[in-house]
Amino acid sequence: MSRRVLPGLPLTLGLTLLYVAVIIALPLAALVFKAASLGPADYWRIVSSTRAVASYRVTVLSALGATAFNLVFGLMLAFVLTRYRFPGRRILDAVVDLPFALPTAVAGIALTTLFASNGWFGAPLAALGVKVAYTPLGITVAMIFTSLPFVVRTVQPVLEDLDPALEEAALSLGVGEWRIFTRVLLPLLTPALLAGVSLAFARSLGEFGAIIFIAGNQPLSTEITALLAFIRLEEYDYPATAAIASVMLFAAFVMLAVTGILQGRALRYMERS
Amino acid sequence: MKISLDAVSKAFDGFRAVNDVSLEVGSGRLVALLGPSGSGKTTILRMVAGLEFPTTGIIRFGEEDATNIPIAKRGVGFVFQHYALFPHMSVADNIAFGMEARKPKRSRDAIGARVAELLRLVQLDGLADRYPSQISGGQRQRVALARALAVEPRVLLLDEPFGALDAAVRRDLRRWLREIHDELGITTLFVTHDQEEALDLADEVVILKDGRIVQSGTPEQVTRQPASAFVMDFLGDTNRFAATVSGGRASLGALQLDAAGVPDGAGTVYARPRDLAWSGLSSRTGVPATVLRVLDRPDSRRIVAQTAAGEPVELDAAADAPVAAGDVGIIELRRWRVFADNPA
Repeated sequence: MSRRVLPGLPLTLGLTLLYVAVIIALPLAALVFKAASLGPADYWRIVSSTRAVASYRVTVLSALGATAFNLVFGLMLAFVLTRYRFPGRRILDAVVDLPFALPTAVAGIALTTLFASNGWFGAPLAALGVKVAYTPLGITVAMIFTSLPFVVRTVQPVLEDLDPALEEAALSLGVGEWRIFTRVLLPLLTPALLAGVSLAFARSLGEFGAIIFIAGNQPLSTEITALLAFIRLEEYDYPATAAIASVMLFAAFVMLAVTGILQGRALRYMERS
Repeated sequence: MKISLDAVSKAFDGFRAVNDVSLEVGSGRLVALLGPSGSGKTTILRMVAGLEFPTTGIIRFGEEDATNIPIAKRGVGFVFQHYALFPHMSVADNIAFGMEARKPKRSRDAIGARVAELLRLVQLDGLADRYPSQISGGQRQRVALARALAVEPRVLLLDEPFGALDAAVRRDLRRWLREIHDELGITTLFVTHDQEEALDLADEVVILKDGRIVQSGTPEQVTRQPASAFVMDFLGDTNRFAATVSGGRASLGALQLDAAGVPDGAGTVYARPRDLAWSGLSSRTGVPATVLRVLDRPDSRRIVAQTAAGEPVELDAAADAPVAAGDVGIIELRRWRVFADNPA
């Protein structure tokens, strides 16, 4: 083995691997093992049951909606925070982290109170014929709330590091502002946006505390997958719990892989010859 | 296209970065804005570009008042110190980017042909498909210049264009920029803090200090007739000797030097290392000094000495001059400038 200058590799690498094995790999392996104990027919019956499929649909669709909203709004918020100087900017910057800090159940209760048909937002919306609480829309609202910081916090540092001369150069070439945004800024922000969006989407898929208060939790319409797994757990049906959880795990892996590929494509220009 | 600045000032939060600057850049000229950092040179360039707007004063392009024309409509080519190439676009796409946004719209073929032509001009044929991260700093700056020229600007502005490059590349690019300028005849204004670069490249050098012009003129004028001690100092290595001026003569110990036009009182004699000569103890008149060290350079010897009055002196001698540390002798002054210590 070649001589090393930096000390501490055996100890830190050993601890790191131990940690990853015990805290991450082992529980996941146990989950897969438990699910596998079912046998293919039972496994398939559980994960493809009407109720389970309905829960996947409402979870994924709500998460997609929430993520699309946060893609636009999170980017805008990051833009405002990095580009402009205005009174209260630091407060706004701090508020962005609130969904991280707040217990999700508190968020869920607060959102439910606001969007209930007699709440501050719920009452005027009800007058317009829009019902948020106890509908898939409510689930989306809860997901938006809890996953917003992911997009803002991944895009913000990249925006801060972006050389203002790039935009100045584009302006000096007579390029319009919209074209600068779509052809210069957006491509350079894409890797960070993808990272933020995938984190936000993952968080939305797994969100539990904030949603169960506002969702109404009606099987086949507003019951999310995480809740269904929880219900099976409460019924002491561990294999079924594991089966449903394994579907969520698989979804998470697929998403990570897709994000990795997309990021690699967006960063092609970084490769050196 | 002639550029003129008329009494232009710029204040940032009460700090006056540029103070009452009037300047004319003749059509087709290559002019350098030279000054230390904080002298306002970049701010002036950015105001000409339309990246900053003057607090007061007028900027004209030809006879047209350009003061408030936004950069996108001003028709300037701007080259940045750190290139500011679009990292996610190939070299060709970088150059084509401005042309694609131009009206009337050109065909893809016409743009492609123009890109090829510009790549030839900046001697980068064959690199069209590379990304900026795959080419060297000097090549990047050439691409940046091609990109700026692609939109056929009325004036070309360069902000410390060679500042991020190493010395050899810088010298090459300097000569090359001069050639391109002479070929295209485009009015060019560039900013630098490197006096050698300004003197080598420019038709006219504008020297700035604390947001004001302290002197402008051809390289010959500013080097041979520096208007102030600051200019003398800034343009190159200088030795200083404290002196007393009286009736147009400066007394430096027993030495009497011509100081025509300098007011009476305390003054300083400035002389370049090349304008001093070392002679062994003899009947010569000059400043007595002791050699501390001799630095050998490819084409000369630099003598580091101390005068009898304790002032440090550096002078250049021929490569074969027989001098060694500890020698005592006389420093003769061949050319010098005298400035009053407290100019009125």
